[in-house]
Amino acid sequence: MSLKALPISVNGLKKGYGTFLALDDVSISIRPGEFLTLLGPSGSGKTTLLMAMAGFVRPDKGSIEIGGRDITRLPPNKRDIGIVFQNYALFPHMSVLANVAYPLRLRNVPRKQAIAQAEAALARVKLEGFGDRSISALSGGQRQRVALARAVVFEPRIMLMDEPLSALDKNLREQMQFEIRRLHDDLGITTIYVTHDQREALTMSDRIAVMDRGRIQQLDEPQKIYNRPLNRFVAHFLGEANILASNAISGLPSGFPATSDAMIRAESFDIQHDGKPHVTIKGSLVAKAFRGENWLIQVDIGEGQHLLASLPADRSAQCQELVVGQNVILYASPSQIHAIASERPQ
Amino acid sequence: MSEASGERRLFILLACPAIVLTGFGAILPIVWIIRQSFFDKAGELTIANYGRLLTSDLTWSAFGTTLSLSVMTLAICTILGIPLSLALASVSRKTAGRLMILLLLPLWTSILVRTYGWVVLLRRDGLINSFFVATGLSDQPVPLVYNFTGALIGMVHYMLPLFVLPVYAAMRDIDGNIVRAAASLGASFWKCVRTVILPLSTGGVISGATVVFVYTLGFFITPAVLGGGKVNPISIRIERTLSTFQDWGEASALGLLLLILVMLIGAMLVSVRRLLRLGVRNA
Repeated sequence: MSLKALPISVNGLKKGYGTFLALDDVSISIRPGEFLTLLGPSGSGKTTLLMAMAGFVRPDKGSIEIGGRDITRLPPNKRDIGIVFQNYALFPHMSVLANVAYPLRLRNVPRKQAIAQAEAALARVKLEGFGDRSISALSGGQRQRVALARAVVFEPRIMLMDEPLSALDKNLREQMQFEIRRLHDDLGITTIYVTHDQREALTMSDRIAVMDRGRIQQLDEPQKIYNRPLNRFVAHFLGEANILASNAISGLPSGFPATSDAMIRAESFDIQHDGKPHVTIKGSLVAKAFRGENWLIQVDIGEGQHLLASLPADRSAQCQELVVGQNVILYASPSQIHAIASERPQ
Repeated sequence: MSEASGERRLFILLACPAIVLTGFGAILPIVWIIRQSFFDKAGELTIANYGRLLTSDLTWSAFGTTLSLSVMTLAICTILGIPLSLALASVSRKTAGRLMILLLLPLWTSILVRTYGWVVLLRRDGLINSFFVATGLSDQPVPLVYNFTGALIGMVHYMLPLFVLPVYAAMRDIDGNIVRAAASLGASFWKCVRTVILPLSTGGVISGATVVFVYTLGFFITPAVLGGGKVNPISIRIERTLSTFQDWGEASALGLLLLILVMLIGAMLVSVRRLLRLGVRNA
C-alpha cells in the first residue's frame, strides 16, 4: 500500500462568517509526502482551513490544488481525501470491519478483496482480529485506530486529521503521536494535522504552520518555529518565552539590533555560568516552584518586567536556598537570544 | 445506602397518583370490558359474542379496513415524512424550530374542525376539484371524499406531524461528523442517507410507526366524517353495535379483539426493532 505523494497548494483562501474572518488570505504550499501541522488557538482558522481542504467549507475566495488539480469546487465525496475526526466519527451501527471496508464498498471493490484490504488496514494499526467487534466495545484508543484504518484503507490522495488525539489521556496520546507519525512514514502520504497542542506539533511535524486570527503567522520546521519565532504570538504560543527590552540585558553582542526586543526561552537561563561568553540579567526573586524535572523561578527585573526561568534539577541545591525578595543574577548564552521586533513605543 | 433507598421510596410515593390514575382510568375499564364481553344481552354468561363476531364477514372486513387504513397511512407518512425529517435535520436548529411550528400548528386545531375543513377542500365542488376541472387536469370532479381516499387523506394529515417528530429527533441526534465522514469516504448524498442516516434513525422510524398504529387502529372521527359511511373500520363498527343494537357484550368483544390486534402489532414492531439492531451491524 505505497501511495504516490501529492503536493497541495492553497492560494489566497478567504472565508468569512458575518464580520468574523475565519481565513484571511491564506496561502501555503505543502510538499509531497510532508507531515504539516496547523497549530493555533481555537478560533485561529486552523479547522476552517482543514474543512475547506476536505470540502465541507466553501471558501469565499481563493483556490486549493492537490497534485496540480484544482479541487476548490469539487464535492467532498469526490475528493479522495482520508479524514480522521476529533471524535472518531465511526459508524456505530457497523462492525469494526464494516467500518473499515465502507469506503471500499462505495468504490465497488469485490467483497472478498474488500475484506482482505480492510483486514490488512486493521493489521497496520495493530487491530488484527478486531473486525467482528462492535464500535461500542472498543476503548478510545482503539476507536482512534479504527478511524485511522478507515481513513487510509482506500489509498486516499491526502490525509487530513482534525485534533485526532485530543480526546485521549496523556500517556496514550503520546504513544499515538509516534504511531501516527510511523503510519505516515510507512505510507508516505501528504498529511495535514490540526492541533492546538504545541508539544504534539513539535513532536510530529515536518513543518508547522502557526495560525492566529485567520492568518498563518509562521510556517517553518519545528526547531526554527521554536528557536526563531517571527513574532510575539509565535514566541508565546510555543513554550515559555520571555520577551525583554534589550536594555535590561547586559553583555548583549554588539550586532544585536538596538530597537529590537530580546526573546529568551525560560530554559535558556542559568543561575551560574561556566566561564563561556554570556549575558547577564539582574533582578529580585518573586516566586519559586519545584516542578519535578525542573525548578521554575519568577524574577522581577525592573520597569515592570517579570521573567520566568526554568532551571534544571541539578540546580536544586541553589534553588532551595533562594529566598523571595533576594537579588538574583541570571545568565544565558548569547546564541540563545533571538531578536524579535519590538512592539513598544520607541 | 439508606439515603439511596430513602430517595427511591420518595420516588415511588410521588409515582403513586399516576399509578392509581392509570389503574382506575385504564386497567379497570379493560377488566370491565373483558368481563362484559362474556355476557349476552340477557345477562347470561356465554362465548357467543366471540363466536358470532369471528364467523361474521362484517367483522373480518372491518378488520381489513382498519388494517389497510393504518398500513396505508403509515406508508404515506413514511414516504412523505422521511424526506421532511431529513430536510428539517439538515437545516439549522433555528430554522428547523420555525418549520416545526408550521408542522405542529394543525395539532392545535380541533380534529373535528380540521376534518370538516378537508370536506370543504375535497368535495365535488371543493377547492381541489375546482382546480382540477379549471386547469383541465380532469374533465370531471374526482371522488376525493366520502370514500377510502378521503379517510386516508384526513388520517395522513393528522398523523404526519406525529410521525415526523420522533424521526426528526433521531436524525438530529446523528453526529454531523459521522455524515461528514461518510462523504469524505466517498458516499454520495443518497448513499449516505441509505447506509448511514436511515440505519441510525430506525429507532425513530419505529417509534413513529408505533405512534401511527396506536392512533390509527382506533381512529373514529376522521373515517366517520370523511369516509361518508362507506369506510367502516372496527371503531365505527363498535359505535354502531352500541348505538344501533345496544349490544354491550358484542361491542366489548370487538373492543377486545381490537386491543389484541394493537398488541400484536406492537410486539411485531418491537421485534423488528431488535432484528434491525442485530442485522444492520453485520451488514
